[in-house]
Amino acid sequence: MQPKVIQRILGLLLAVFSFTFLPPAFVGWYYGDIGVRPFLEGFLAVLIIGLVLWWPARRERRDLKLRDGFIVAVSFWLVLGLAGAIPLALAAHPHLSITDAVFESISGLTTTGATVIVGLDALPKSILFYRQELEWLGGMGIIVLAVAVLPMLGVGGMQLYRAEAPGPVKDAKLTPRIAETAKALWYIYLGLTIVCALAYWLSGMDVFDAVSYSFATVSLGGFAPHDASMGYFNSPLIESVAIIFMLLGGVNFSLHYYALSRRSLMPYRDDAEFRTYISVLGLLALIAVSYLYFTRYFGNFGEDLRQGLFQVVSIGTTTGFTTTSFHHWPGFLPALLLFASFIGGCAGSTGGGIKVVRFVLLFKQGMRELHRLIHPNGEFTVKIGRRPVDDRIIDAVWGFFAAYVATFSLIMLALMATGLNQLTAFSAVAACMNNLGPGLGAVGENYAHINPAAKWLLCLAMLFGRLEVFTPLVLFTPGFWRR
Amino acid sequence: MKIIVLGAGRVGSSVAQHLASEANDVTVVDSHPDLLRELQDRLDLRTVTGHAAYPNILEQAGGTDAEMLIAVTSSDETNMIACQIAYTLFRTPTKIARVRAAEYLQQPHIFSQESIPVDVLIAPEDLVTDYVCRLIEHPGALQVLDFANGKVSLVAVRAYYGGPLVGNELRALGEHMPGIQTRVAAIYRRGKAIFPQGDTIIEADDEVFFIASKKNIRAITSELRKLDKPNKRIIIAGGGNIGRRVAEKLEDRYQVKIIEHNPEHARLLSEELDRAIVLRGDAADEQLLLEENIDATDVFCALTNDDEANILSAMLAKRLGARKVMSLVNRLAYVDLLESSTIDVAISPQQITIGALLTHVRRGDIVAVHSLRRGAAEAIEVVAHGDQHTSRVVGRKISEINLPKGTTIGCIVRGDEVIMASGDTVVEPDDHVILFLVDKSRIGDVERLFAVDVTFV
Repeated sequence: MQPKVIQRILGLLLAVFSFTFLPPAFVGWYYGDIGVRPFLEGFLAVLIIGLVLWWPARRERRDLKLRDGFIVAVSFWLVLGLAGAIPLALAAHPHLSITDAVFESISGLTTTGATVIVGLDALPKSILFYRQELEWLGGMGIIVLAVAVLPMLGVGGMQLYRAEAPGPVKDAKLTPRIAETAKALWYIYLGLTIVCALAYWLSGMDVFDAVSYSFATVSLGGFAPHDASMGYFNSPLIESVAIIFMLLGGVNFSLHYYALSRRSLMPYRDDAEFRTYISVLGLLALIAVSYLYFTRYFGNFGEDLRQGLFQVVSIGTTTGFTTTSFHHWPGFLPALLLFASFIGGCAGSTGGGIKVVRFVLLFKQGMRELHRLIHPNGEFTVKIGRRPVDDRIIDAVWGFFAAYVATFSLIMLALMATGLNQLTAFSAVAACMNNLGPGLGAVGENYAHINPAAKWLLCLAMLFGRLEVFTPLVLFTPGFWRR
Repeated sequence: MKIIVLGAGRVGSSVAQHLASEANDVTVVDSHPDLLRELQDRLDLRTVTGHAAYPNILEQAGGTDAEMLIAVTSSDETNMIACQIAYTLFRTPTKIARVRAAEYLQQPHIFSQESIPVDVLIAPEDLVTDYVCRLIEHPGALQVLDFANGKVSLVAVRAYYGGPLVGNELRALGEHMPGIQTRVAAIYRRGKAIFPQGDTIIEADDEVFFIASKKNIRAITSELRKLDKPNKRIIIAGGGNIGRRVAEKLEDRYQVKIIEHNPEHARLLSEELDRAIVLRGDAADEQLLLEENIDATDVFCALTNDDEANILSAMLAKRLGARKVMSLVNRLAYVDLLESSTIDVAISPQQITIGALLTHVRRGDIVAVHSLRRGAAEAIEVVAHGDQHTSRVVGRKISEINLPKGTTIGCIVRGDEVIMASGDTVVEPDDHVILFLVDKSRIGDVERLFAVDVTFV
């Protein structure tokens, strides 16, 4: 443990983060709304806090150790989540309590997209832009950005990357140097966002909406500057653009990198996780569309197809845009979609959930146990694609799954203790831990009307989900703190 | 011919033995003096002790005037470097190397004259694998050997009561199956060769060698014995190089189980195989075999390195109900022994490998040689060159060709066309002629027969 080093990094990052308050301030100034002040005050406050933290430790140039990496990763999301809440809490309109401001800020940074604000359409543009920006920054993990920038400041970043980059196979590096890798991923992320914004603009959004929505689409966040989310436009074209970019955002960014650097689509085709990701979403869409059709919910096949497809992709990739109140859909569909969000996006994407590759491994491990019962002497290997997976990784995935379920259950029980009914509690934890956003029951539209204790619990769920459960749990083991 | 054989392992020593018995000057190089002493006691050849790829050792072995280098040490790299050195220092004309690793074989251009000058690559495991796979694809056959890039095959089948042709004259074959072209090249009755004529009567337990194109093998086999069902369930004992490759080749088309004793190897196997089921255990474990439904298994192949283990596990599998059992047998003495036992097919890796090597030792334009019946007989594919004036073969009817005793012409492949040999077929230049030699010692006569002779009128 090297408290000084951690202090230095946190200070630096806070100082850098404070600059992200300036674009919303600029937007506010440009549109002439009332929201400029809180951002400037927030900027100064966070900058000063950061510098105060950094100054005494500025000469600590030792490399991070593995344990420091965990602390930085966790405290980072926590500290940035709290710092990000400052402008929201200072703003006069909307008038948010501290709880609501923190909830909104963490929901943005973890790309969950659960909101406590009602009446978005009437809010100042600066606030709206800030929410979208939080999601975009959270999208690839501000940490990855930091990893790209920090090595230039003389801090070894590998430890951070190990703690932060999502997915079970963390050693698959794209380029030999970590900073290059992070930069490459960041460029892809940036490129996707720009293309997405252009596509939205060309399909009829105004510039502000196009940029805002592209931020929330590529990051698979799901915040929207309108109460009606994607349904505000009622445009099949815009929905199609959203579907494409949500799908792209849910793919492992390394695949995008390989595809770009080799200029071919083969990396997608050869990747077992990608194939499963597409097949699972395809199957879900088929089920949803045909169920809507046979129950005559919309009464016309075109509408069934459009709504079914959009909602499956939006929920399945853990984005959380809505075009319709899917929580009122008939039969098992709302629950099915919620369960789909547990599978979530691919490892190495901006998606949440337990990740497709873990789902595949769990399934294959289950099949292996069945085969072992049939052939007691058999020797079976779990493979992804044609590559064998080490048993150590499968153990880790099972452990992860167990920890996920345990955390899920505990938070859900705690929510029910605060007075939420079972459906609301279950769907709220699922939506937050999977970084999805909209739930069912009382949290179908937004999270404004649940009690403050429940909101804090859900903040915890969002952080645990984003940090892949183990990273925060490590901090609770006594062994971690022993020297 | 002056030949250097590098490596006195299983393949090396049997190649040396085979070549020495055909009056070649053979020198064997190995780093183990014990292996060499044993060879020298037994065979008429020279031995040199030392590292096979060192230039001075190669020179000692007579590298300067050797016509052929056969590198079959256990190391791929040694074999390749030895060829390179022999080429650089001595310009040895023919260089044959055994290369096992698929990683090298996938890049054929690295073996060109400019980089690693290897003229012929042999991979004994691949040859044996192909051989085993062909046997499994053709139920009922004892041997299936390909000629002319697989356009025709020579198939050995044991005749049984119940086959429509058994007890009938050979010429009935054509009447039974009009439109199907075939020719019986040889018949072995109680270990003795019979020269097949139209009026030869096939008896039960005869070993019949016939030539046919691949698609007709099944139909012809059915004339000689009650036809087995196509194979479906395969159990392979032994997950070594051969067992693994056979499993890899068959796993997409058959239900393959592979038994491997060593837990570490079993784990690696299960990583490499996609659909085959890897079982950890002893192939001679009765309980394991019963649990894995040995009685419903079509083919049991024992492919470990250990002859005795192969034979015993194959016998056990047969007794427990496997329909057909095969065993890999390295020792030639055992192959004889198994002739009339419960084991259906004894596979001798040496014989298969030697065939591939002999192709390059023989004079004349020989495309393929298959060694049969433990080396006593041979089937060869030779290209006829020259014209009516310079060749004893070209431009003549088959009935006019003065074939050595015990030799039959099975068929002729002309371009893509397969012509079953009959008396009045005329041989044209560049025909591939497939011959069956009951007696290998006549090979010199066949070589002379096909030689292009400018002075011949």
